Amino acid sequence: MASLREIAAQGRRIEAHRPWPRVVVTEDGWRAAVSELAAGRATLLGLWGESGTPGLVHLAAMTRNGADIAVVTLECPLQTFPSVGAPHPPAIRLERAIHSLYGLEPVGASDARPWLDLGFWDVEFPLGTRLPAVDPRPAYDFLPVEGESLHRIPVGPVHAGIIEPGHFRFTCSGETVVRLEQRLGYAHKGIEGLMAGADIERAARLAARTSGDSTVAYGIAFAHAVEAALDVEVPVRARYLRALMAELERLANHFGDIGAICNDASFAIMHAHCGILREQVLRAADACFGHRLMMDCVVPGGVATDLHADGPPILQAALKMFRQRFPLLVQLYDNTASLQDRTASTGIVRSDYAETFGAPGFVGRASGRDFDARKALPYAPYDELHFTVPVLTAGDVNARVWIRIHEVEQSLALIEQIIARLPGGPAVTAIDRRGSTGEGLGFAEGFRGDVLAAARIEDGRVIRCHLRDPSWFQWPLLEAAIEGNIVADFPLCNKSFNCSYSGHDI
Amino acid sequence: MRRTLLESLTRGPLTETPPTADDAALAELAASLERAARRRLGRSLSIREVDAGSCNGCELEIHAINNAFYDIERFGLRFVASPRHADVLLVTGPVTKNMREALERTYRATPDPKWVVALGDCALDGGIFAGSYAVAGGVADVVPVDLHIRGCPPAPIAILKGLIALVQAQ
Repeated sequence: MASLREIAAQGRRIEAHRPWPRVVVTEDGWRAAVSELAAGRATLLGLWGESGTPGLVHLAAMTRNGADIAVVTLECPLQTFPSVGAPHPPAIRLERAIHSLYGLEPVGASDARPWLDLGFWDVEFPLGTRLPAVDPRPAYDFLPVEGESLHRIPVGPVHAGIIEPGHFRFTCSGETVVRLEQRLGYAHKGIEGLMAGADIERAARLAARTSGDSTVAYGIAFAHAVEAALDVEVPVRARYLRALMAELERLANHFGDIGAICNDASFAIMHAHCGILREQVLRAADACFGHRLMMDCVVPGGVATDLHADGPPILQAALKMFRQRFPLLVQLYDNTASLQDRTASTGIVRSDYAETFGAPGFVGRASGRDFDARKALPYAPYDELHFTVPVLTAGDVNARVWIRIHEVEQSLALIEQIIARLPGGPAVTAIDRRGSTGEGLGFAEGFRGDVLAAARIEDGRVIRCHLRDPSWFQWPLLEAAIEGNIVADFPLCNKSFNCSYSGHDI
Repeated sequence: MRRTLLESLTRGPLTETPPTADDAALAELAASLERAARRRLGRSLSIREVDAGSCNGCELEIHAINNAFYDIERFGLRFVASPRHADVLLVTGPVTKNMREALERTYRATPDPKWVVALGDCALDGGIFAGSYAVAGGVADVVPVDLHIRGCPPAPIAILKGLIALVQAQ
C-alpha cells in the first residue's frame, strides 16, 4: 500500500500550489488514495470538481495525525472518475454534489441520486456542461423503508423556528425514529459559480457570506488560501487580530447555542441568560471592529479594520463579566437533573463514525476525535498561544454541550493572551494583483470545525475557489445519531450539532 | 437555580428604551398598507420567519431581537411556528430557485390580511448573490413585499425600528 506521501511523490506536482502539494495522478494513483481513506489511514478533507477540458476532480486528504496533507487531482477526459463514496461513505454526498454541479460522474457510486440540485434550476450541471434542464424532472427517491406500522414525518424546508431551510424525512415506529433522511440544497446560491472570475475583494465578500455564523472563519480560511497562492506575508498584528475575531465568534456561537440547546429541552432560563452573554460578545465585537458579526473584517493580506482604541478595556470588562456570569450558568446546567435527563445519553455519535467521517469540531471532539486545526495544522498566532483542546468520549448531547463549555473557557483565556501580547505595526499588507498567480489551500478552525478553502488565482482574479464547510462531515452523523431516539428529541440533537445549511449548500 | 432566579428579581431589567419607528419604513408602509387591515389586526402581530436562502446572518440578528436587551414581545410582536398563525412573513435571503416554490406556498398558507417584510440586503434584490444561476432574485421578485429593512445583516435596532413601524403606522 502506497502511503499518502508516496502517492503524492508519484504524481505530477503542480508547482504553483502552496503550502501543501497538489499532484495530478493516474487513475491508479486516485484509487490508491481512495483506499488509504477507506482503510482509515487517511482522513478526507475535501472532494470537489472543476470544469474545463478535461474536467478535474480534486481530493484533499491528511494522514491521521495531520502530519501529511496532499491534494490529488484526477483528469476526467470522459467526464467520469472512480467513485470515492462507494469504498468511503463520507464522500458520498460530496461526489453526488460534484455530479449535480459539474456533470462529472462517479463510476461505481453507491448512490447516484442528485445532491443540491432539487430540480428547480434552468440548467443541468450548472458549473459544467450547462445542459438545458428537461421537464418533467424525475421525482426524488427517498430511501425505501420496510417494516410493520412505520409512519413517515416530512419536515421542512420551512421549519417551525427561526432557522435555515432543509428537508428532513423521519421514518418512525411509534415515537422512535428508525431512520432520518436529510435532503439539503435549499440554500444553494451557486457561490462557486459566482466566485469564478471575481476579483479577490468580491470573492472575499462571497466567502464571508457562505455561512453567516462563521463569517470570520470563512474569511480566515479564504485569506489563508489566497495568501498561500500569492505568497503574501501577513503582518503579525493582523494574525493576532484575526485570532481575536475568531475567538469572539466562537464565544458568541457557543454562548448562543448552549442556551438554545437547553431551550430545546424547554429550559428557557438558560436560553435567556446565555442570550445576554451572546449579545455582550456581539456588542464588544461591534465596539472593537465596527460590525457585530465582524463580517468583511478579515481580508486577504490582513484585516480590514484595526482594533478600536477602546477595544482592550472593553474586552477586558467583557471577559471579567463572562467569568463572573458563565460559571453560574454552567452550575445551573450541571445541577438540573431534569435537563440532564434530556441531554445525557441522547443522540450518541459513535467514536468510530466520528473517526471515519473526520467529524470536525465539537461533534468529533465529543466522540473522542482529538482534532482542532488550530493545533493540528497550526497557523499563527495559535502556535504561540496556550490553550488545550477538550476531548470527551460519551458522544451524546451532554458531551457536545460540555465540549462547548470547555471551549468557552479556552476562548476566554485565548482572548486574554491576545490582548496582552498584541503586537504593533500595520494590520494589512497590500496585495499586488497585477500578474499575481498561484494556487493555495487554507484552513481555519471555526466554532463548528475546520473550514477548508482552495483557491486558484490568475492575474488577481479568482479562477476557481472551493469552500468546504465542516457540516459536510457532520450532517450524515446526525442521521446516525438520531436513530433509536424519540422524535421529540430531534430538535435537541439537531441543535447540539448545529450544522450549517447555507455553508453546506454553498 | 434559586440563586439565578433571585438575582433576576433584584437586578434591574436589561431591556433598553425602545427606538422610534423608522421614518423610511413608515413612508414605505403608508404607501402599501390598507388602513382597514391594520385596524383589524390592531397592535399585535404574529410573525412567521422564512429563510429563503440567506447565509444565516440575518437569522442571527432576528434571534437577537428576542433577547433580554431588545425583547420584541413587549411591542406585541411575536414569532409563531406556522404561516397559518401569522400576520407577517419576515423573509430573509436572496430567494434561491430551490426555495422559490416553498416561499410561494408559505405565502399562500398565510391568511389575509398579511404583510411581507423583506429583511437584509439580499432580500432586497439578491444582494451579492444576484445573477447566480441558482438565485431567483429578491423577495419582491417572488411575493409582494410591503416593507424592506436594509443591512448586511441589519442590526437588531434597525430590525426593531422597521417592525415597530408596522404596528405604529396606523
